[in-house]
Amino acid sequence: MQKLVVIGAGMASGRLLEQLIDADPGAFEITLFNAEPRGNYNRIMLSPVLSGEKSFEEIVTHDDDWYATNKVTCRFGEKVLSVDTARKVVVGEKGEVAYDKLVFGTGSSAFIIPCPGHDLPGVVAFRDLEDTTAMTEAAAKPGARAVVIGGGLLGLEAAAALRLRGMEVTVLHIASHLMERQLDPAAGYLLKKDLERRGITVLLEASTKEIVGNGKAEQVNLADGTELPCDIVCMAVGIRPAVKLAQNSGIACGRAIKVDAQMRTETPDVYAVGECVEFEGNLFGLVAPLYDQAKVLAKTLLGQEETFAMRELSTKLKVTGCDLFSAGDFADGPGREDIVYRDPARGIYKRLVIEEDKLVGAVMYGDTADGNWFFGLIKDGTDISEMRETLIFGPSYQGGASVDPLSAVAALPPEAEICGCNGVCKGDIVAAIEAGATDLGAIKATTKASASCGTCTGLVEQVLSVTLGDEFVLPTAQPVCGCTDLPHEDVRRLIKAQELKSQEAVWQELGWKSRNGCHVCRPAINFYLLADWPLDYTDDPQSRFVNERNHANIQKDGTYSVMPRMWGGMTSPQELIAIAQAAEKYGATVKVTGGQRIDLLGVKKEDLPAIWYDLNEAGMVSGHAYTKGLRTVKTCVGSDWCRFGTQDSTGLGIKLEKKLWGSWTPHKVKLAVSGCPRNCAEATCKDVGIICVDSGYQVSVAGAAGMDVKETERLVDVRTEEEAIEWTTAFIQLYREHAKYLDRPYKWVAKVGLDWVKEVLADDAERQALVERFDISQSVYQKDPWAERAEPEAARRFQPLADLTLKAAE
Amino acid sequence: MSWIDIGHIDDVPLRGARLVKTEVGCVAIFRTDEAEVFAASNTCPHRQGPLSEGIVHGQKVTCPLHNWVFDLNTGEAQGADEGRITTYPVRLEDGRILLDGEAVSTRSAA
Ligand SMILES: Cc1cc2nc3c(=O)[nH]c(=O)nc-3n(C[C@H](O)[C@H](O)[C@H](O)COP(=O)(O)OP(=O)(O)OC[C@H]3O[C@@H](n4cnc5c(N)ncnc54)[C@H](O)[C@@H]3O)c2cc1C
Ligand code: HEM
Ligand code: SF4
Ligand code: FES
Repeated sequence: MQKLVVIGAGMASGRLLEQLIDADPGAFEITLFNAEPRGNYNRIMLSPVLSGEKSFEEIVTHDDDWYATNKVTCRFGEKVLSVDTARKVVVGEKGEVAYDKLVFGTGSSAFIIPCPGHDLPGVVAFRDLEDTTAMTEAAAKPGARAVVIGGGLLGLEAAAALRLRGMEVTVLHIASHLMERQLDPAAGYLLKKDLERRGITVLLEASTKEIVGNGKAEQVNLADGTELPCDIVCMAVGIRPAVKLAQNSGIACGRAIKVDAQMRTETPDVYAVGECVEFEGNLFGLVAPLYDQAKVLAKTLLGQEETFAMRELSTKLKVTGCDLFSAGDFADGPGREDIVYRDPARGIYKRLVIEEDKLVGAVMYGDTADGNWFFGLIKDGTDISEMRETLIFGPSYQGGASVDPLSAVAALPPEAEICGCNGVCKGDIVAAIEAGATDLGAIKATTKASASCGTCTGLVEQVLSVTLGDEFVLPTAQPVCGCTDLPHEDVRRLIKAQELKSQEAVWQELGWKSRNGCHVCRPAINFYLLADWPLDYTDDPQSRFVNERNHANIQKDGTYSVMPRMWGGMTSPQELIAIAQAAEKYGATVKVTGGQRIDLLGVKKEDLPAIWYDLNEAGMVSGHAYTKGLRTVKTCVGSDWCRFGTQDSTGLGIKLEKKLWGSWTPHKVKLAVSGCPRNCAEATCKDVGIICVDSGYQVSVAGAAGMDVKETERLVDVRTEEEAIEWTTAFIQLYREHAKYLDRPYKWVAKVGLDWVKEVLADDAERQALVERFDISQSVYQKDPWAERAEPEAARRFQPLADLTLKAAE
Repeated sequence: MSWIDIGHIDDVPLRGARLVKTEVGCVAIFRTDEAEVFAASNTCPHRQGPLSEGIVHGQKVTCPLHNWVFDLNTGEAQGADEGRITTYPVRLEDGRILLDGEAVSTRSAA
């Protein structure tokens, strides 16, 4: 009988032994080494063992009886130290064994980030029973905390299991969404939400700096300064094939042990199977292909023909309640088309990727029932052109199913606030309907919902429609764009009511029909998010129009204009010299604008960071002449110079501009302050215009001087400069919080009514709260965009990525 | 084809674009997803708007000047507008962006 020695009693070699013994029980005299002090068990089921849902005994695949019956000599708990391929012997810790055929099944080991403290006790991987036991023991302490590093399959299964054991769990993930190799951002968002619902904290883009502690792991410190106290750290950041032994024995390795399609290494009579192999440059990390390998190797050892081939893989996560599925290739290369389906009410997201009439990738979250059907279409390369329209509804599609535009409202919990002015929740409205209210008027009368500014009217009507069904005919409102059926007002209210703090969240929870919006909705949603959640949301430059992204006005010939701020229209000889020099240096045309400042026109994109740098050096900042934000505050010379001046209009203008600059608004905002009713600064056609009088300041709002011309309306008369600034700021913040994107203040005021605006602002507490919220936003957004972009790293982005005309000339 | 390495995928902002100067004019490299890039002429056929400055959504770009929308797979203008931008072969390898050098050197070879 031939002597077969197997190194490693893992999932792959376990399957190999079964196949071999099934086919020909007498073919080999088998010796099995395993570094772990036990035989083969179902490693993938360590997750339910860790969570306590299963015991270790339940996942053992080959017990002592099995090895005895099949006459396998077990050398468990004994590591193989070396292999002498010339003498054909394997050297274990307790002695040598000769072989005729040798199989490497050494699997992988966990990759440990070599950060300071990685070797402290209490830092474990998630690979074997020892790791699992260490974590279970740590979880036994009441109130124990775990930090899991790695938001991939393994890390998340560990996190969910430890949470089930009652630990406080934080997951650190380096990428911007979870499981980025298997999921797209939308599915990653839903997964994160589900984990958070279970009480797991997820930190994205978290980079681990060090693990510290007194003799054991006690705290993880992140690069951004975050400190996370903990009792155990689980590193699940990836695996590395265990190939040291093979390498030391002179067996050909790349990233792992190289094998051919028969599982033969380049050394005669030496074979390999499992995660320790490399086949045609591929490595392995899931069991399905390993079982194929085991089957092939059994045949090869028995002298039969068989060939291993790569196949498509699909992924699932073994966390109860987190239903995800991904297969094929879903984020790659041109020529592809997406089909997206979202059902916010049920937390479902599905995306199919089609190329040349074939399904090439699928990502699903929330409802994965059709996963295997799609997987089959991918594997078989089925032509799907016939069923393209209905493909996303799966094999059981009966015709007619479509996305319900009301599902976002139907999905709202009763405590979600619908009317922000009067603090009315969905539940209150539903109760009113159940008590007999059947139209908008009755809801207004009984609950006050939509009775104030009225921007929530659409939502109230949708609640009526969802609750009453066909009895209520929904008036059709103009949706934001083709990506959604909801109008702006509803989107704004829902962003607040559901606390949606990212674009991914808006797209998913409000049932967007496209993958990532379009040029109409993206800038609007970006504004709503940054206005409502200044501290939580990060502005997305790629959702802005070119001018706001490049911080300069694009002109019709593709050049830009550059306009520094002149506070209240005041300047100085030094500033003028710097502007003149910049104009000469960059060949700009100079224009005095209607906003009391100087425009430099015709600057090339590549030159922008340099001209900004020069103007910054002279103490000037961006004039934001290109933004939906504060433009200018025009002033007259006022009491400083003019014989009619009643107050320091220039000073007030400068103070206002210094307070308001840098803020983003639904549309542009222009102000002016005149020193007396002669109104030289033309304040009465501005968004906010202030006229100084002997007794104080007349603050008026909602003027226009564009295609529409409209005089401002009086908001309030105040005595002091401080009050004028407070009212102005509160008005602008109210506009920021309520208006539809691209409505100038006069349009917004016409919709909500000046009376409502006055009523809100007249409330001292509310006015001060608005100013406070404005200040919080300014703490993030009042910074000079020029200075940031003149930094070398950011400036690089303004240059071409490459210049191939130079290369060709070389 | 002759693939030329023009930079790393992370040099192009997600849902954004960067320019490459070539003998056939400025070519825009669009990044539509984590690992998805397209290459096409930077110049809008309408009034020469710089497409690399447009908003990138799905596998499309909207011209910053008058909102024409182009499908980056085919280069065709969408909807009622008629026009086409030239697209160029581009691919990703280990995070590097490779552009077909032949297609952007002489028009006759492409
Ligand atoms: C918690 C967890 C969950 C998982 N979930 C899934 C899943 O849901 N789906 C899926 O497809 N995959 C999953 N996997 C991956 C799957 O378990 C592996 O792909 C599979 O176990 C690899 O099998 P293997 O036989 O190649 O290696 P292993 O099962 O790792 O076996 C290798 C064995 O060799 C031993 N060994 C190594 N070197 C030596 C030496 N010098 N001397 C003696 N013995 C040695 C090791 O101790 C080990 O016991 C999971 C893995 C883990 C850890
Ligand atoms: C792409 C189109 C436009 C360009 C390039 C443009 C450009 C400018 C510039 C550079 C200024 C000087 C502003 C400053 O100093 O900050 C200005 C002022 C002005 N713009 Fe426009 N503008 C445009 C569209 C509009 C529109 C649509 C309106 C009307 C709704 C408008 C109304 C005004 C007014 C009233 C002023 C004078 C402001 C004042 O005197 O206080 N502009 N414009
Ligand atoms: S508005 Fe009145 S104070 Fe100001 S410059 Fe004109 S006249 Fe003088
Ligand atoms: S130049 Fe592109 S749309 Fe007009």
